[in-house]
Amino acid sequence: MSFKDWFREDRLPHIFCTGCGNGTVINCTLEAVEEMGWIRDTTVFISGIGCSSRAPGYITTDSLHTTHGRALAFATGVKLANPRLNVVVFTGDGDLAAIGGNHFIHACRRNIDITVVCMNNMIYGMTGGQGSPCTPPGAISTTTPYGMCEPVFDLSALAVTAGANYVARWTSYHVTELTKAIKVGLDTPGFSFIEAMVQCPTAYGRRNKLRQVSDMVTYLKTHALLLQKKQRMEEEGETVPADMFAVGEFVRRDRPAMGVLK
Amino acid sequence: MTKIEFMQGNTACAEAALAAGCRFFGGYPITPSTEIAEHMARRLPKMDGVFVQMEDEIGSIASVIGASWTGARAMTATSGPGFSLMMENIGYAVMTETPCVIVNIQRGGPSTGQPTMAAQGDMLQCRFGSHGDYGTIALCPASVQEMYDLTVKAFNLADRFRIPVFVMSDEVVGHMRERIEIPDTVTVVPRRPLEKGTLPFTAGADGVPGFPEFGKGYGVHVTGLTHDERGYPEATDPALHAALVERLVRKVEDARHEIADVTLTQPDAEIVFITYGPPTRTVRQVLHDNPEKAFGHLQLRIVWPFPEDVLGAFPHARAFIVPEMNFGQIAREIERHTCVPVKSVPKLGGELHTPDELLAVAEALR
Repeated sequence: MSFKDWFREDRLPHIFCTGCGNGTVINCTLEAVEEMGWIRDTTVFISGIGCSSRAPGYITTDSLHTTHGRALAFATGVKLANPRLNVVVFTGDGDLAAIGGNHFIHACRRNIDITVVCMNNMIYGMTGGQGSPCTPPGAISTTTPYGMCEPVFDLSALAVTAGANYVARWTSYHVTELTKAIKVGLDTPGFSFIEAMVQCPTAYGRRNKLRQVSDMVTYLKTHALLLQKKQRMEEEGETVPADMFAVGEFVRRDRPAMGVLK
Repeated sequence: MTKIEFMQGNTACAEAALAAGCRFFGGYPITPSTEIAEHMARRLPKMDGVFVQMEDEIGSIASVIGASWTGARAMTATSGPGFSLMMENIGYAVMTETPCVIVNIQRGGPSTGQPTMAAQGDMLQCRFGSHGDYGTIALCPASVQEMYDLTVKAFNLADRFRIPVFVMSDEVVGHMRERIEIPDTVTVVPRRPLEKGTLPFTAGADGVPGFPEFGKGYGVHVTGLTHDERGYPEATDPALHAALVERLVRKVEDARHEIADVTLTQPDAEIVFITYGPPTRTVRQVLHDNPEKAFGHLQLRIVWPFPEDVLGAFPHARAFIVPEMNFGQIAREIERHTCVPVKSVPKLGGELHTPDELLAVAEALR
């Protein structure tokens, strides 16, 4: 991949903290976009608010950095008004699952032909580490100083239930699998949702005994359970540890989609 | 050839939008504006346009802004509660200089209020409702014909100034059926494209930058953050922020006399009514019934930006009477610009002022 083609060098240095996983996910996404043969002039990146949502600002295509939680509603307008444009949305767990939850389920239901890459760092990073709907039970954040007492939102399961044509989850450790999944998502007509679990050593790891970047990446690696393995464990009556999450492809189907170029 | 029809205000609004080239409607059902969405849902798919019913009004205005960046003329229509929900993204449209049209068929508020009754209670909200400073344009039709003409005008103004433009109508005009003349063609002034080689947010002499449509190779970054002329976020430079916001205000405010759309009756009058929207009709009746009293009348078809110079067109005025279907929102703006005593005549509850009510106010001032 030619970085000069896709990145705005004049915007460096970027705002991401040392050790942040977002850069990995952006690279995987652009790698997949390039493998698809998509060109800059007809590709649009759209985002809401948060660390992950800063990604489009570093990319040379047309891009829309919108309001908190609303990226999918803006993307719906862009894609329906001009289906010739390839639309990719970058979002995060707070942006998508909390304030943007309603737009998320309806974009899945409409099955609008866009690809969403969600960088799930389990925390509000931009505002300094508040609990999100994806902060694991017991985890410490600035708004859960005694440990998170709410259950986690399973975003991929939500996307499957709400009607997305393609749903997969990987982590920033699984770059090959993640890139392939994003490519399948870009190639799938209809709504594609790729959840990328990412490390946030600054706002999450620091408060949760995962201060080192490598500790956090190791956490993601060791807590990721291949979907097939998880299903086998469940079939065999084995208990799946509560703090582990499934990775892999959750759905690939062909429901009628909106905004597909005829 | 002009076509004569008998049409509802909301239908006229939708037809005008289509005539003006609107090809995207994102909306959410809400009384008393729903007929606009229904009409667009029927008509747009047959005109190669897009109608989408979004999950809420936040999504509606977001989809409209997104569509506008692909070059489409785009609109939404709503009423008070939906209008309140749209406020954040209206500010986004202001900051990103996105042309779009928002129709507010006003009903009684606050909150759910009177869904089926008319009001003009959102006149300050449309001017100041989103956070931060900005300039804006609000058009107020007093008849079905004006609904048509002003909706067309709204699209041209939105593209000319690259702002969200408000058609601030109400339940009276929205649901009224009247004779209307529909012209064969309407004037459409498209937005000025960005010249290649110019930075995307470098403004022309009029304070308005050319439009870098998505998909045309501009590679533009659009953000609601304070941004430089490249469109890049630069949110901590005090001078840059001040200059940007001043331009967003002034590109509209400095053009207020060019934008102004008024009708003056009896400029030598001593007692002058000032109206916008439905109270205009009552005042016309008062003038018609009492020619010997020589009342003056100023109708504002565009309320924001407020064309304060026009108040000087009544040099002998001893009093301005301002009937409004709110608690006196624009009367206060008029007071700000004149030494002539201003008599606010608020009417809440959803009914129009009667001619007798307004005549009594005028007589008391003699």
